Amino acid sequence: MSRIKARFEALKKEGRGALIPYLQAFDPDYETSLELLKAMPAAGADLIEIGVPFSDPSADGPTIQAAALRGLKAGATLGGVLEMVRSFRETDAETPIILMGYLNPIDSYGPAEFCFDAVQAGVDGIIVVDMPTEEADLLDSHAREAGLDIISLVAPTTSRTRLFHVLKDASGFVYYVSITGITGTGSASQAQLEEALPKIREATDLPVAIGFGISTPEQAWTASRIGDAAVVASALIKTMAGTLSEGKATDKTLPAVLEQLMALSAAVRA
Amino acid sequence: MTTPSSSLPNSLRSGPDERGRFGVFGGRFVAETLMPLVLELEEAYRAAQADPAFREELDYYYRDYVGRPSPLWFAKRLTEELGGAKVYLKREELNHTGSHKLNNVMGQILLARRMGKTRIVAETGAGQHGVATATVCALFGLKCVIYMGATDVERQKPNVFRMHLLGAEVKPVTAGAGTLKDAMNEAMRDWVANVADTYFLVGTVAGPHPYPEMVRDFQSIIGTEVKEQIVRAEGRLPDVIVAAIGGGSNAMGIFHPFLDDEDVRLIGVEAAGLGLDSGKTAASISRGRSGVLHGNRTYLLQDKHGQIEEAHSISAGLDYPGIGPEHSWLNDIGRAEYVGVTDQEALDAFQLLTRTEGIIPALECAHGLAHVMKIAPEMPKDKIIVLNVSGRGDKDIFTVASHLGVNL
Repeated sequence: MSRIKARFEALKKEGRGALIPYLQAFDPDYETSLELLKAMPAAGADLIEIGVPFSDPSADGPTIQAAALRGLKAGATLGGVLEMVRSFRETDAETPIILMGYLNPIDSYGPAEFCFDAVQAGVDGIIVVDMPTEEADLLDSHAREAGLDIISLVAPTTSRTRLFHVLKDASGFVYYVSITGITGTGSASQAQLEEALPKIREATDLPVAIGFGISTPEQAWTASRIGDAAVVASALIKTMAGTLSEGKATDKTLPAVLEQLMALSAAVRA
Repeated sequence: MTTPSSSLPNSLRSGPDERGRFGVFGGRFVAETLMPLVLELEEAYRAAQADPAFREELDYYYRDYVGRPSPLWFAKRLTEELGGAKVYLKREELNHTGSHKLNNVMGQILLARRMGKTRIVAETGAGQHGVATATVCALFGLKCVIYMGATDVERQKPNVFRMHLLGAEVKPVTAGAGTLKDAMNEAMRDWVANVADTYFLVGTVAGPHPYPEMVRDFQSIIGTEVKEQIVRAEGRLPDVIVAAIGGGSNAMGIFHPFLDDEDVRLIGVEAAGLGLDSGKTAASISRGRSGVLHGNRTYLLQDKHGQIEEAHSISAGLDYPGIGPEHSWLNDIGRAEYVGVTDQEALDAFQLLTRTEGIIPALECAHGLAHVMKIAPEMPKDKIIVLNVSGRGDKDIFTVASHLGVNL
């Protein structure tokens, strides 16, 4: 059984949803982001999303754009991100790791080689922001062969008919982009989530993670109850950015992010 | 009944396929939030194409507002100066707003109105597309937001002021190098956040399907007119057509009606910047490789890890690390040739055309002219070259002055 499936089944038995924190690889440098990654499970991460820095993150708001830029300055490459996951797996064999990014670095790496290397490194799923269902054949067969889940995105603009189309071969879990907008810029209301989720569940039996605009413990609690997981990204990165000095990590960096993660995790477990 | 050549199965004009692809290039690489909008746009465009009233309305605006057809001018003194092939100029700079951009914008704004959209967003490099978009928004009373790289805002001040006068909001983008690529990212972010009322009016033959096809169709009026005009003037088709390429809309517009006329050489001129191998270039085909950006697969300037590189050109309109997907395809199948011209060569050409023909060209099309200056002298006098003069150069006089050491 895949790590993603095992984790969601275990949480179902616990009767709670998952918390999925996000970090940008190499932000602000390789060592700090690896250390943060390694510390996340103990601070309450159920699954972890790692952002792969890209020069043109057209679906991201200012917070993640800045993080991507710091990551690239620190020398981030897709190969480097896989190296980071490999290192994480030396001490953690269970926490699912999802890479989130844009298609071009994967295209450049080579789709088949990437899927194989990612699974070898210990990656469980990938979210490719600019690869809709219509273009997914670029990775689909390679991912399936390698045992890598391609996480499907659905949005408030996805119609009922289209939900069935997008989710027919979905694997791992479904990522619900809960606002029409870029990351870190707005939030869906509880009522909006309560209206959207049943429609998605009609089209899939997979767990549904809710992301975009979740920043507070209350919002995380709500999303993890209405959906099956809450993704928190920009809020954590904003905290990290606030601790940096001239773009470099300080001794406040890890404690600040981990403290916030623990508060979110406590809410999800409440 | 005659069959239009664009519907022949063996025609080079029949692309893209149903996935929006020209060979391996093109496609619809957008976030799921935008995917339904892109599909809706395609549907609306097909309905407009099938409606004779849409074409009639567009023809009316082309004639009475844009000022079409634009003349095809025999450049006698330039021809004598170069001493070889006859050079004709397609005078797109005479269109309202001073460039070919209005051809596309006029078509898309009519489509946006049919779709009931009330707010228009657009990206712009040199500002020509921004001015054209702001113009039609003023004409129809629509809200208009233009994203423009901060660097470009600085080097294209006259166009920024023009957009303000026309009632558009110009938002400078400071991300990246502050040029067209960054403006494109920001316009896409705006679109995704305002899907309900906003129409994204793309200015070139790039972006997710159906934009490359749609923009090409609207710009093809250029080549269609050239075909009639050159036959009237010379009794035959030209030997060579030359056009400058940033995203590639003016080139695609003049090339497309000639794709099946295999004796007509098509040459796209990319901005080589400081030189093709200087690392400061915008020549996506000559120095890039296949990748995915801004909704389509095409040739891109990128590093070996797939990070997009900054382009460089003296011309803000060519300063883009990608190119329309149909050009990438035409390059790969060998139907069109793509060459590079440096900043300096473009500056020289700019001055030559001004002095010999009394036409101040945009720095963009000065790149095309610089290539004509290389090939015309080598060709016999009975050969014919058509150069697309896609825009006028008034907006560039500050840039040119500073390169000539003149303080305006």
